Amino acid sequence: MIDFLPTGIQLTYLVAASLFIVGLKQLGSPATARNGNLLAAVGMLLAVVATLLDQQVLNYEMILVGLVIGSLIGAIAAQKVAMTDMPQMVGLLNGLGGAASALVAVAEFWRLMGSSQAIPIDANISMLLDVFIGGVTFTGSMVAFAKLQGLISGSPITFPLQQPINILLLVGFVVGSAYLIATPENLPLFLALVGVSLLLGVLFVIPIGGGDMPVVISLLNSLSGIAASAAGFVVMNNMLIIAGALVGASGLILTQIMCKAMNRSLVSVLFGAFGKAGVAGGSTGTQGDKAVRSIDAEEGAMMLGYARSVVIVPGYGMAVAQAQHSVRELGDQLERMGVEVKYAIHPVAGRMPGHMNVLLAEANVPYPQLYDMDDINPQFDQTDVALIIGANDVVNPAARHDSASPIYGMPILEVDKAKQTIVIKRGMSTGFAGVDNELFYKAKTTMLFGSAKDVVAKLVSEVKQL
Amino acid sequence: MTEALIGALFVFVLASFTGFEVINKVPPTLHTPLMSGANAISGIAVIGALVVSGPRDWNVSVILGLIAIILATINVVGGFLVTDRMLQMFKKKEVV
Repeated sequence: MIDFLPTGIQLTYLVAASLFIVGLKQLGSPATARNGNLLAAVGMLLAVVATLLDQQVLNYEMILVGLVIGSLIGAIAAQKVAMTDMPQMVGLLNGLGGAASALVAVAEFWRLMGSSQAIPIDANISMLLDVFIGGVTFTGSMVAFAKLQGLISGSPITFPLQQPINILLLVGFVVGSAYLIATPENLPLFLALVGVSLLLGVLFVIPIGGGDMPVVISLLNSLSGIAASAAGFVVMNNMLIIAGALVGASGLILTQIMCKAMNRSLVSVLFGAFGKAGVAGGSTGTQGDKAVRSIDAEEGAMMLGYARSVVIVPGYGMAVAQAQHSVRELGDQLERMGVEVKYAIHPVAGRMPGHMNVLLAEANVPYPQLYDMDDINPQFDQTDVALIIGANDVVNPAARHDSASPIYGMPILEVDKAKQTIVIKRGMSTGFAGVDNELFYKAKTTMLFGSAKDVVAKLVSEVKQL
Repeated sequence: MTEALIGALFVFVLASFTGFEVINKVPPTLHTPLMSGANAISGIAVIGALVVSGPRDWNVSVILGLIAIILATINVVGGFLVTDRMLQMFKKKEVV
């Protein structure tokens, strides 16, 4: 019986790995997504139970306490978190995963230090990789979390010699690692390398600002998978390696999609400090001679109510104001009056991939009504009113023709092609990229100033009175 | 390099390719749930944590392992539940 146990554990891992693959596959289609998530969760449960049967795992009481504490915190957090706070939640969870992976390596190093045998080179390399990737994922995610939560400024934080310092730290890590491999039993050096990894994670995310968050979040997601894989190399466990690699790949795909949606390379997102570059190269500072046309909610309601087709373009401003429910109400009211209502979603609107979709789903907007950029852009020609709620850079026509603009080349929602455009915005401040939006000064554009939630609520009541 | 390490590298590379193939062409609506679901899976680190906190005595290694268990479990449970919460919303709309 005892001989069969290791085989049984490995076979269970095989089943769990298959469940992860099928689960991820099903997560890719709306009809099966929920089932896919469930399959992946079952896979995880199987993997945990199988591991508990391992003969090396004897510390049951404490392990159970740990599992229960973690489950409780996780379950409560998942219940409590508001949909508008989802980017932070994903960032935070990501960071915890990265921290756990890194801790596995530190614990393993400590154990090997205490044992009489020498630390083999390949184990040492695995541990260093794990500590590095896990550490960067941990602190990087925590900084992303703090930015999204508003604990620290969401705009890029830069300081002189930032890149040289990062490169110096990176070189320091490599040199230190080489030294550690040459003289394995060196705990202080190992801990110093842990510290460098944690510091690098912070420095890597602080110069990246709000609008680039979708890229950062998906990249960190990918890294947390790779960290788990590295932890798998540390304890030589295929289950960890496979699951981590799957997550790493999926995160990388999302990162690619996000970069493409902004027409920026990953390198320029990571090292470009967007907001700063915009001030230097952008076509700003000429707004004095341009006039904006501002209207009130009553006028706005008239334009919307008597239109045949309206396309609503939500952005991060809608998320900040938590206006998604009012927006749905407005959409419903307009539909009741016979107006055709569609929602246009830019891939990087908001702070994480799919952010707007989640919020509108929470407000019960049917998802066939949500249109991707490529599907909706040809339709703006026949649209009477484009209603922009808290979006800015993703509708800036300068991206099409002004090669001096920092956002030049980014695919945008072509709202300026609609017959009329209403922009709901708190003030004339620039968007994340720090560029003035020429859309606001066009003759067809009217501005409705105020917080998205208030303005949309007013629009709803005005539309009802039409 | 040991044979075990080579084997592990094979597994890693093949699993990465599998991941790329499996998660191609995901509609934008599902970007967030896919990410948070994958995020929950990355909590698989809990297994590594279980292994290192296995010995029945108290030392730094075991304590670190136990902390890792807590963190990874938050990641796993929170991740799967929050993904389900989101997907539930997507589902409700199909009926409407």
